[in-house]
Amino acid sequence: MDVGQLLTIAVSAILVSNFVLARFLGLCPFIGVTQKTENALGMGAAVTFVMFLASFATFLLYRLVLLRYDLVLALKTPMFILVIASLVQLVELFMRAKLPALYQALGIYLPLITTNCAVMGVALLNTTDAPLAFRGMSIGAGLVAASWRGICAGLGFTLAMLLMSGVRERLARADVPPALRGVPIAFICTGLMAMAFLGFAGMV
Amino acid sequence: MEERTLWGEFGKGVFAQNAVFVLAVGLCPALAVTTGVKNAVAMGVAVIFVLVCANTLVALLRKLIPQEVRIPCFIVIIGSFVTMVEIVFKGKLPPEINASLGIFLPLIVVNCIILYRAESFAYKQGVLRSLLDALGIGVGFMLAICLVAGVREILGSGTIWDYPWVPISWPVRYVPASILIQAPGAFLVLGLLLGFFNWLRGRLLAPRKA
Repeated sequence: MDVGQLLTIAVSAILVSNFVLARFLGLCPFIGVTQKTENALGMGAAVTFVMFLASFATFLLYRLVLLRYDLVLALKTPMFILVIASLVQLVELFMRAKLPALYQALGIYLPLITTNCAVMGVALLNTTDAPLAFRGMSIGAGLVAASWRGICAGLGFTLAMLLMSGVRERLARADVPPALRGVPIAFICTGLMAMAFLGFAGMV
Repeated sequence: MEERTLWGEFGKGVFAQNAVFVLAVGLCPALAVTTGVKNAVAMGVAVIFVLVCANTLVALLRKLIPQEVRIPCFIVIIGSFVTMVEIVFKGKLPPEINASLGIFLPLIVVNCIILYRAESFAYKQGVLRSLLDALGIGVGFMLAICLVAGVREILGSGTIWDYPWVPISWPVRYVPASILIQAPGAFLVLGLLLGFFNWLRGRLLAPRKA
């Protein structure tokens, strides 16, 4: 695992295949929690943290249990979602007990993250995606790569959330046709943002 | 709670409570797998199967599932049915459709539509009603993503179900707007369709002015 590989993963996860704008993952919080910048930032931070933990845990599970005992097809999906759901619960309990300040800030977003498809998405991509296949790596290198991709994907998600919250704070004062107010205009703006992000295509 | 006929239980999910265009849930697959109608139909079938089976089973077991651990129970039930779909699709469908569904097939497990119906409907209602509710919501979802996919495929690659809609023998040709097949097109088409249905609903429900 050298710096170049890590950089490639970062650029790919944050810009080229941004989880929201290019892969369509995590759209519910993207549309639901971007009315205000502070909320968008809080959600982004919480998701980034959970994505890191989930990537780490699911990759270990995949390599040490599912692959070894040939259970990938039968048990991957239910095992991953259970691991993610328990992780979110664990993080919530830990935060409430040890980090009350952080819990105050991020607590309300945590239960929502279980069904955030970006978290499950990064776990699945880490164990399937062909071009950036971590399955061929040694377990240590794969673990680093998977966790790093979890962090970067979370950062990309946060970037998209921040951009969108900026757009929506302006939109709130704009004169939008009644039928397009709310979710439709948000999607149209997202489309234009995604068009801008197409400019990164081919960088990696 | 209002009483519905059994037919109404099915019909509300197709139109008045359409998952994509009215409730705006389940949007990730509605964007990701709608590059062509074929993919959308495959996704729709998978979602209908999981939704109907999970809703029915939750309704059957609703007296046995304790209140405190109901969400983990729902997740295990949904996850098992998703795995069944994955195994069947992997064996039966052509590889290119499997490739374009990609991770969105296992991601049905976190699709909010299914958990939402289990939590808000099947956990409280009878088996028959839950089955019809799931069928309605599922069919509504499939029609919605087929509509999005239809617009994107017709305008974005100039085909319907992989056949060009301007016959090759004609002297004119349609030049596809390939941006609609790429990511931005998905957001634009869905945004405009959502706006269109908002407008339509406003026209249909508003009291007529003299």
